Amino acid sequence: MQETSAQQGHVHAPPEGFIRKHVFSLDHKVIGKQYYALALVAVFVGMFLSWLMRIHLVWPNAKIPGLELLSKVGAPGGVMTPEYYLSLLTMHGTLMVFFVLTNAPFAAFGNYFLPIQIGAEDMAFPRFNMMSFWTTFLAFVVLIMAFFIPDGPPIAGWTSYSPLMAVGKDAGPGMQWGASLWGISIAIFCIASLLGSLNFIATTLDLRAKGMTLMRMPISTWAWFITSCISLLAFAVLLPACILLILDRHAGTSFFIPAGLVISDKLQPHSGGSPLLWQHLFWFFGHPEVYIAILPAMGIVSHILINSMRKPLLSAKVVIYSMMSIGFLSYMVWGHHMFVSGMNPMSSLAFSFPTLTITIPATIMTLIWLGSLYGADIQINSASLFALGFISMFVSGGVSGFFLAQPSIDIYLHGTYFVVGHFHMVMGVAALFGVFAGTYFWFPKMSGRMMNDSWGKLHFLITFIGTYCIFMPFHYLGLVGNVRRYSSFVDDFMGPDLMNLHRFITISALITGAAQFIFLFNLIYSRFKGAMAPDNPWNATTLEWSMPSPPPWNNFGDRHPIVYHDPYQYGVKGSKGDFVMQDSPEQAIASGD
Amino acid sequence: MSSASTVNSHAVTLPASSRPLASTVVAATSADRASRSGIWLGLFTITMSFAAFTSALFVREGTTDWGHIVLPSILYFNTFLLLCSSGTIEISRRYLSGGRLIDTQESRKGSVWLLFTLALGLAFCVGQYMAWQQLRAQGLYLATNPNSSFFYVLTFMHVLHLLAGIAVLAYLTGRVLASHSTFRRSLFDNAAIYWHFLGILWVYLFALCLMKL
Amino acid sequence: MGKIFAVVLVIVALVSAYPIIVNKYAMPEDISTHGHMIDDQLHETMWEAGLSFIGAQLVLAFFVWSFTNRKVGSPLKSFPGGARVMVIAAIVLVGTEILALGVVGQKAWATVYFTAPKPDALQIQSQAGQFAFYFRYPGADGKFGAIHPDKIDEGNQNYFGLDPANEVEARDDIVSGELVIPANREVQLLMHAKDVGHSFYVRELRIQQDFVPGLDLAVHFTATKVGKYEIVCTQLCGLGHYNMKAYLNVMSPEDYDKWMKAQEAAQ
Repeated sequence: MQETSAQQGHVHAPPEGFIRKHVFSLDHKVIGKQYYALALVAVFVGMFLSWLMRIHLVWPNAKIPGLELLSKVGAPGGVMTPEYYLSLLTMHGTLMVFFVLTNAPFAAFGNYFLPIQIGAEDMAFPRFNMMSFWTTFLAFVVLIMAFFIPDGPPIAGWTSYSPLMAVGKDAGPGMQWGASLWGISIAIFCIASLLGSLNFIATTLDLRAKGMTLMRMPISTWAWFITSCISLLAFAVLLPACILLILDRHAGTSFFIPAGLVISDKLQPHSGGSPLLWQHLFWFFGHPEVYIAILPAMGIVSHILINSMRKPLLSAKVVIYSMMSIGFLSYMVWGHHMFVSGMNPMSSLAFSFPTLTITIPATIMTLIWLGSLYGADIQINSASLFALGFISMFVSGGVSGFFLAQPSIDIYLHGTYFVVGHFHMVMGVAALFGVFAGTYFWFPKMSGRMMNDSWGKLHFLITFIGTYCIFMPFHYLGLVGNVRRYSSFVDDFMGPDLMNLHRFITISALITGAAQFIFLFNLIYSRFKGAMAPDNPWNATTLEWSMPSPPPWNNFGDRHPIVYHDPYQYGVKGSKGDFVMQDSPEQAIASGD
Repeated sequence: MSSASTVNSHAVTLPASSRPLASTVVAATSADRASRSGIWLGLFTITMSFAAFTSALFVREGTTDWGHIVLPSILYFNTFLLLCSSGTIEISRRYLSGGRLIDTQESRKGSVWLLFTLALGLAFCVGQYMAWQQLRAQGLYLATNPNSSFFYVLTFMHVLHLLAGIAVLAYLTGRVLASHSTFRRSLFDNAAIYWHFLGILWVYLFALCLMKL
Repeated sequence: MGKIFAVVLVIVALVSAYPIIVNKYAMPEDISTHGHMIDDQLHETMWEAGLSFIGAQLVLAFFVWSFTNRKVGSPLKSFPGGARVMVIAAIVLVGTEILALGVVGQKAWATVYFTAPKPDALQIQSQAGQFAFYFRYPGADGKFGAIHPDKIDEGNQNYFGLDPANEVEARDDIVSGELVIPANREVQLLMHAKDVGHSFYVRELRIQQDFVPGLDLAVHFTATKVGKYEIVCTQLCGLGHYNMKAYLNVMSPEDYDKWMKAQEAAQ
């Protein structure tokens, strides 16, 4: 049967040479690690920016040694100017949302583990896969370049509302070339994400191993799959929006710029454009983007929780269906970012209802996670702690969404720190907890070495407490009516109480941020000096644990895994313990005692 | 079976002897299925992008400064060219695959039709360029009014996608013409699907521009 | 470590809720006729969200506490009722909440946006520009002069681009850097953006509305309490965004008339 071997022949030949192996690699595992490394760089840059911003807010005259090297104009003598605060704010948001929250839980882990979890040898289109990483990298370089041009990064925030973003240099510092770099970077990022998502979907649909029916896929794979469907739609809309934005900025068109604007005492030569059009296009992408960040984390966390509980979820199907309905609803709610934007007030009500409805699948998932913990045999380690922390974070960030989903309450809370607290908790930190959990869980597979569990637990404890110390007070500030995106507080109402709260947040941010270096050190140290990892250190059931750690270039070697079971056969009597692996032909016997 | 097994089952060897090709009877491999999914997903993405452009156009059209443009008449001719090219690529595909036995004569015919397609595609691009020139001659530039802005953006984005299609067709033509080379049939089928899609997309865009004069 | 986490979680949840329970960071007092509806809805939501928050965190902590370090040989248990109970609970509980808040609670929204202002409402135009608000009263004729963007000249204090030389309506328009309004009289604020997006936010008034360039919007409200309140911009508008503010000065009707007379005299 030579023919069959030709059919199932390797997608690509074993790579040779450093460049092919580690740089322009077609191997989804290498690409996954590249995405992870890029996200790691972006997250530390983003965190550093948030430190600078927090310091500036509470000690506006603080001299930060070395900052003048980053920008002579933005930080003369190391003291940050109010304008530069807005530049950093824009870059922080853009880096975190695009290059961390989209890349780490989705592109990095998805690339590495989606093909493995379905028993494929690689992605459907390895070349596209390599292209999508390097395109993302290019987008990152273009964005970072904004720091090093004379007028610095743009000051319009990561949402880049028009006309501030669209009119060009009259709008303020950074709005000439910095803003153009932002637009170009995001357009490139869209192309990369589209290529990546397309690859994920085709791989999931067509390259599953024998016996791997859709409902036998691990929840994490389901999450990546649903996310890629969302992402395909979302970035396909952001790309045209970016193109129109760039044309408005450089070709003199008026898609988003209306007539009669006088900016910097100059009448702008535009007419008839609609600022709300940009908001609609942006949020049509922007809201699903939130779920692009959080759904993979939900999948990863479910995957890890089941393993740590040593028993299946009450219902994996319900979790999968909930994720699907969240993905579906995410396209009907973008207007809730625009309640007070001048959109038709009737549509605000229309957007409010599906927004509130998203709470139902989210609550179902939370209850399933909580209910599954009942009667479990929870194994506590760094990975499971972050997974449990995710649930706590998701609840905290979720309940504040209930306020913002109601247009009438949003009249008061829109544009305040309440919103900042809400999205940082539910989209930022919760998703990052998923990434941390995934890292501690999968590191042994990816590197062949274990991470240090004690350091991991310490890292968890500081991060968990620190996160609450940073983001809970944001909610209090918002309730008082403290407006976000201010580089200094000159409001009358900023009494000593509120300033103290701000100082507390800044100090918490500095400490929590510093704790991330424990993680970074653990990651780098364990990569080289960690204890050697066995193939299946967590006694897990899914396919990634049936291969050596780290896996060979062609994943399963010449073996074609055949899947016999649902993904999570825990709490049973198997030959190796209380679990049966997905590709093990043995019959799972329920432990009936 | 022994003679068939020497042929890579999902590739067409050209020019080959007149022996029957195994791939006509072997079921598509998972890689073929994936590339078929891939092309449909890609088309979906492109459709979404143009839907976004369209919705932007509808929002923008509601304003007072929409403006008038006279669409260059060459666009009708261009439309004709592109629709013809859909026909020629289909004929070519029939010769080169589609479950028939392949001999050198048929493959040669196929490659001729493929060259036709390529020429028609290039002619369309030139035609679009001439349309832009005619508009400029009317004094209508990208930034003149939103109507002309959308016309330039939509047609340019379409041509950009078409150029990608032309690149793939050129690659395939090269493979077919070069002796003793192979190419994946699924690639050709997918290229044809993409090409038809671009034809349909163009008809849609043209109708949109006509409606929104 | 599981038990440590459970304890930490309980402490974190309770400490997080404490400032809310004792109302340490209170909303500023409401001075509008519609604001109590927003406040009521916010408080109702706070109860429901707060209970869900505390409940979920405590249950999570309790389960983590109870089900770590399991004794060898003790059987795994499953939550009685299984997934079905969870799904029904979520749909019924959250569904009721959505109906209660989403449908019944839209009254406040309707008051602000769906009811037309009374015909005798005082019309004031507000223009937001980088980085200041200006307010314009129509004057004795009750009509606003047209805005000509090309005539805007801040050096000569022609903030609105008026053309009094050619237009009668513009001649008696009164322009102020402060929003002065009489108490207990409905005000309709016509909102015009000069350059980029801005927002009009008065905490005490429970009003927040964006200024959208190219799209003139209007909000209406009635202030009930005499006093001076801060108006701030909440839409990122450029480098001076943090410093973009003005004052809302609510006067008694008598004081307002006096102020208006003085302004007219100064014309």
